[in-house]
Amino acid sequence: MSVKIELGRRYRFAASHRLHTDQLSEEDNVRMFGKCANPYGHGHNYVLEISVSGDVDPATGMIANLADLDSFVEREVLDEFDHRSLNEDVAAFRDVVPTTENLCIEIYERLKSFPKAKLERVRVQETTNNSFEYDGNQKGNAS
Amino acid sequence: MVLITRKIEFSASHLYHNPAFSAEENRRVFGKCNNPHGHGHNYTLEVTVAGEPDPVTGMVLDLKELKEILEREVMRRMDHRFLNYEVAELKGKIPTCENIARVIWELLDPKIKQGRLHRVRLYESGDLFADCYRNGAAC
Repeated sequence: MSVKIELGRRYRFAASHRLHTDQLSEEDNVRMFGKCANPYGHGHNYVLEISVSGDVDPATGMIANLADLDSFVEREVLDEFDHRSLNEDVAAFRDVVPTTENLCIEIYERLKSFPKAKLERVRVQETTNNSFEYDGNQKGNAS
Repeated sequence: MVLITRKIEFSASHLYHNPAFSAEENRRVFGKCNNPHGHGHNYTLEVTVAGEPDPVTGMVLDLKELKEILEREVMRRMDHRFLNYEVAELKGKIPTCENIARVIWELLDPKIKQGRLHRVRLYESGDLFADCYRNGAAC
């Protein structure tokens, strides 16, 4: 009987952001984003959860070596995001509001080229009450 | 369809070692998981069963029965054991999270008669887990 196995891994980073867009008036920004539009931003302890799939190598028992996965995520995401301002320090968010939805998409795009396994999805927890997932399916069709 | 999940925890030891590799290769591939006397984890297992609630009982399955299956198939086999040496189903395999999750899936799938096994998620730590699904099923 055939089963599909995924490896899940969690990482943490702390970053600040501000939800604000120049496309809206100041009043509309406050109406739309509330205190998340406060001018100097605020921060979260984000939890990034990624799932990868692939064949389990019989020699190692692994889909992907964790050291390879960790160093890839470190290089592609954590080094640039941790203890940074998402708006100011990450080029992708210069003109894109760094909501956690957009953060998921940005992280997915950065990690999808992981060479040792297939990236299945990215889940980002902004607080213990909020989390968002993205699996690369932009059209929203059920996969 | 409704999904119902039951969680259990067990503690076990293991080590990663492939006898076909040299000592250096084992060390390079498996790092400290290759330490010869092993090490242990508190594993958390989440078992998710899919089904329709019975119109009379309102239940997808009798949770007491699932609890007994998990006790018999997983706890008695793996809890407070050395996975490499004491679990027959893992003999000859590296007891990674992926392989243990798969063994647990294969033990549970034939035993679950009410509803259908949907997912086995095994956490080795809060930051590392493996998911097992039926191939072709939506995750």
